Amino acid sequence: MSNRERLRRVFREAFELDSGAGTEFAVDVEKTAYRATPEWDSVRHMQLVAAIEIEFDVMLETDDILNMSSFAKAMEILERSDVDMGT
Amino acid sequence: MSTWGLEGRVAIVTGASRGIGWATARLMAKDGAHVVLVSRGESGPLEARAAELETQSGCKCLAIVADVASATDVGNVYKRAFAEFRRLDVLVNNAGMLCDGLVGMISEERIARALDVNLAGSIRNLQMAARLMGRTGGGSIINMSSIMGTRGGAGQVVYSTTKAGIIGMTLAAAKELAPKRIRVNAIAPGYIATDMIRGLPEEIQRARLAAIPLGRIGDPEDVAKAILFLASDHAAYITGQVLGVDGGMVI
Repeated sequence: MSNRERLRRVFREAFELDSGAGTEFAVDVEKTAYRATPEWDSVRHMQLVAAIEIEFDVMLETDDILNMSSFAKAMEILERSDVDMGT
Repeated sequence: MSTWGLEGRVAIVTGASRGIGWATARLMAKDGAHVVLVSRGESGPLEARAAELETQSGCKCLAIVADVASATDVGNVYKRAFAEFRRLDVLVNNAGMLCDGLVGMISEERIARALDVNLAGSIRNLQMAARLMGRTGGGSIINMSSIMGTRGGAGQVVYSTTKAGIIGMTLAAAKELAPKRIRVNAIAPGYIATDMIRGLPEEIQRARLAAIPLGRIGDPEDVAKAILFLASDHAAYITGQVLGVDGGMVI
């Protein structure tokens, strides 16, 4: 499993997005955004950060946590934390 | 033999090179905890202290030089501690500085430094510790307030402000972090024999002693024992409290 796929899985689990999988209600995790996606509020944000840190064995900077407002931003931040995201 | 049941627990103690921090690190290691000693200044003496604790206790002790006024330094402490131990159970948020001065005579620079070290430094450590503790099912954070924060003291406007702020931080964090099984408490020491008070004029020292009903100046270990209690499972149902360790002192 690529690191990008691992990150997708972390997002899906953090936001419990699997319920609509395979249906017209399926959510594309790569298009989720902080506060714009209903499931992504400040409490879930910290849960997402913890899940990412555990999955990739990293410790994010506080500024990165504050700036991690989308899947793409999370990819960028992990790249900077020496995780190869294949970008 | 462990008195407090801290065997195998991992603790970070800031301001660990002397006074209350050193007494706490020593008692924790004696109880079987792995201790990360954090302090400003030279790495040599701090590493010597960590080595001393390792020899005495057989536990793993790590020395990290860091200034709590630096977010980068604080971040590195937690990265290194997690890389070494893979968990964090206890934070003793102890690093601090005195800031004496009469109202009207306190420089901007001294105000900023005291707020940065005592208050912002404690928040920085709290934030990082909570993130690591949240990964492994909880922990205990003990913040260092002071009788100057609970009662105030003449000539201590800035110091009292920072130590009262620690209480606000403790109460708010206790509520927010309880669902993650992280307990947050504060200690408010009274008059304790540390380097911080050694420079005080003799008449002030005499007056302070006279205000202590238990009739003696506190020892750093008196405070350390209260910290170990709050760190341990003996305090499993205690959070959001400010425990005075002051011999009944009145100011």
